[in-house]
Amino acid sequence: MRPFVLVLLFAMFWPECMIFAASDHSEVQSQSSITDRRIDIPEWNDWKRVFLLEDYNTRIVVFGTTLLGMAAGMIGSFALLRKRALMGDALSHATLPGIAIAFIIATGLGLDGKALPVLLVGAAVSGLLGVATILLIRNMTRLKEDAALGIVLSVFFGAGIALLGIVQQMKTGHAAGLESFIYGKTASMVASDAWLIGCAGLSCMLISILLNKELTLLCFDEGFSVSRGFPVVLLDMTLMGLVVVVTIIGLQAVGLILMISLLVIPPLAARFWTEKIVNMTMVAIILGALSGMIGSAMSAIFPNLPSGAMIVLVATAMFLFSMIFGIPRGILIRKLRRYELNRKVNRQHLLRGLYEFLEARGRLKEKQSSESTFVPLSKLLQMRSWSPAKLKKIVKRAQQEQLVVTLQEDQIRLTKAGLLEATRIVREHRLWELYLITYADVAPSKVDQDADAIEHVLEPEVIAELESLLVQQSTEGVLQSPHTIEIHQEEIKARHSSRRRST
Amino acid sequence: MSGLEQWNWYLDGWIIVAGILCAISSALLGNFLVLRKMSMLGDAITHAILPGLAAAFMISDSRSSLPMFLGAVIAGILTALFTEWIRGFGKVDEGAAMGVVFTSLFALGLVMIVQAADHVDLDPGCVLYGAIELTPLDTILIAGWEIPRVVVVLSIVLLINLSFVIFFLKELKLSSFDPALATTTGFNATIIHYALMTLVAITAVASFETVGNILVVAMFIVPPAAAYMLTDRLGTMIVISAILGTVAAVTGHISAITIPHWFGYGSTSTAGMMAVAAGLLFLVAALFAPRHGIVVVFIRRLILTWKILAEDIIALMYRIEERNPQLKPDATYLREILFSHSVPTSLTLRYLTKHGQLSDANGNYELTETGRDHARQLVRSHRLWEHYLVEHAGMSAENIHKQAEKLEHFTDRQLREKLNEDTLATDQDPHGRPIPPEEKTN
Repeated sequence: MRPFVLVLLFAMFWPECMIFAASDHSEVQSQSSITDRRIDIPEWNDWKRVFLLEDYNTRIVVFGTTLLGMAAGMIGSFALLRKRALMGDALSHATLPGIAIAFIIATGLGLDGKALPVLLVGAAVSGLLGVATILLIRNMTRLKEDAALGIVLSVFFGAGIALLGIVQQMKTGHAAGLESFIYGKTASMVASDAWLIGCAGLSCMLISILLNKELTLLCFDEGFSVSRGFPVVLLDMTLMGLVVVVTIIGLQAVGLILMISLLVIPPLAARFWTEKIVNMTMVAIILGALSGMIGSAMSAIFPNLPSGAMIVLVATAMFLFSMIFGIPRGILIRKLRRYELNRKVNRQHLLRGLYEFLEARGRLKEKQSSESTFVPLSKLLQMRSWSPAKLKKIVKRAQQEQLVVTLQEDQIRLTKAGLLEATRIVREHRLWELYLITYADVAPSKVDQDADAIEHVLEPEVIAELESLLVQQSTEGVLQSPHTIEIHQEEIKARHSSRRRST
Repeated sequence: MSGLEQWNWYLDGWIIVAGILCAISSALLGNFLVLRKMSMLGDAITHAILPGLAAAFMISDSRSSLPMFLGAVIAGILTALFTEWIRGFGKVDEGAAMGVVFTSLFALGLVMIVQAADHVDLDPGCVLYGAIELTPLDTILIAGWEIPRVVVVLSIVLLINLSFVIFFLKELKLSSFDPALATTTGFNATIIHYALMTLVAITAVASFETVGNILVVAMFIVPPAAAYMLTDRLGTMIVISAILGTVAAVTGHISAITIPHWFGYGSTSTAGMMAVAAGLLFLVAALFAPRHGIVVVFIRRLILTWKILAEDIIALMYRIEERNPQLKPDATYLREILFSHSVPTSLTLRYLTKHGQLSDANGNYELTETGRDHARQLVRSHRLWEHYLVEHAGMSAENIHKQAEKLEHFTDRQLREKLNEDTLATDQDPHGRPIPPEEKTN
């Protein structure tokens, strides 16, 4: 539940953030030479009017875009996992010629060319044509999908621009309205449009709820779903169809260039909050709804800014927030986790080093207070590739945790708790070494490094299993190290060489 | 042609020159985008340079080129970087990461431009689909000539791109086809990657006044994609893409003026028509390219099918003759055995009769001497293969027929001799039928 709460909190503070951002914005601008280039900061009353949905018009627009955001978040989750994100982009660009042609034909037939259903039918037809072309190019020529997307996107858009050039000259065509499909203009939305968007969006969501299991399987393991007898091609087409519908209904609010962002950004932001597809879809729906709602409200407050861009910027802000602060997968939490792991590893290395040092000299059993249990730091430095500064830091931290005591300048000693912990760590280390030697046939001289990598992450259950596996060995107390410990070796070597020198 | 009455060599000439320069400089880089499967990154960068441009306008309050280029280059490189980050952190595919980055940057740029629109001569429409029609009006004096500013800028960009492609052709080629090998040979494929991205951003900025920053994608990708259909050599591909880009620019402008006139309208957007012209060129190339075109591949496959059918027919005739020399089969009889459709079968039969392999006696067919020679070779191939498969590949006698049926069509005399040597000296196949000799014996 935590992610949801955080998202809600974020949403509550969001308007304030935006005021902040807007004022920042104007500050930056006022520094530049032209003085009056600023967004008029609306009065408090305007904010209140918009956010309490006092205007009928605002209510319609916010209702429509919220539903749109929800539908896009939901369908987008599947499209994202199916790696079809950019297909949606090409698709939305490819709708432009259809819109223009639908307008021309409808006007030619004496109908109202600007009626939304007419334009959307045209958009759907040419969008589907674009998708078909992409599939044809990808499957029948040597070009890859990226080139197919680029070709369809740019050529269809070019055709649309050329057709718009003609539409603008038509007597009936006060065609400025058509251009709002490029950037999106929520202000032009009327009640019937909002109902159309709402119904289409809801039915898309309903279909994907009904097909939830099938679509999930399609996204994660296509081969498996084929083997289970699912009609994969049909499901794929259904998903594409849902993407088409969502894209088409989003054109009016978000615009065809930015429509893709509503399909991609909320699901991708949701990705940072969860590992489960159901939760991801839920978070994406919430984020999509919020971006639609807040974005369209923003564009009602700043009427001269394109609504599509506002909705996208809201979504982007949420995305950035999620990427940084997301709980299981965000950047911060991951950095924190790594930092903690590093600390743990260092502490365990220090303790094991101390233990092995004492063990090699047979001083483990001696009384804690006696001088012989003191370990000089310089000896520890030899055991690992620690820099003196780093070792000091690690020792200091261990001291805070009351695992070691610093006695003199360069001498430390294990406390009772430290010795206990060290014993445990060394035992786990040696259990794993023993396991590697007995079961993985690793040479005794190699096991130290392997065990070094894994000892820090051994769970208690694994340890228990190791114990039961290695039961024939004496597992009471600490095992003997299966290999000679390096520091010991060095000393023996040193002794040898000195003896040789003396002879 | 109507519409061309207003043709003005000064205005339209410069428009076409600007279009050509833009098309060639984009196509030069586009080849590598297509080959590296990065077409959509090109698209993303052209979208994402918008905030860079807008920031440059806001800071410098002019359309001077240097801040614009700086802003765009920074934005372009940031796009590539951000995409890489989001892909790494979010563990999603590159497309989705790109989708987040470029739409966000584009939205930001759009808001900034709408803000700046009243003060700087810039509007979002112009950024998206250019205003190539206006380019001849904004001129600067160079050596006594009045040259449109855009043409000067585009020429410089073209020179930069050309020298980049010429000087680093080897590196670009290697890093496009085998980045790992490129890195091992001692130059950094990543640097080449970012250099390419930088130039894409620069070209997109230079082109945004002519074709706008969405349609420049058409110039980046479509001519190289068409060229890729036409050739297998990188050098040729680059030259062809430049030529196709030029053709698209010229025909695009002419059709923007003329085509709407046929329906009684004035001229439409040149940039849009340039994209459409490029698209049509691609369509032609994709359909009719000599080696990889869809139609050519289809016809080649069709001819192969018919050739195999023809060989199947005469091999079948040979076998029938072997068992029952009196039987003179007709088309229906053959079709029932071969499971072939009527039209291809009758066409193939007619072809075989015409080429003297079969003789047609009122719908009943018989092998001629040439036909029998050909058929004998096929059956010999078939039975030798069956023999080989049983003996050397350890297959059971039930499964070999299908394999041999496929292999017989691609076996020439040399291979037959080799098979004959490799199999034990026998003149019977595993089913007990005789393996016919290479030449007619009696």
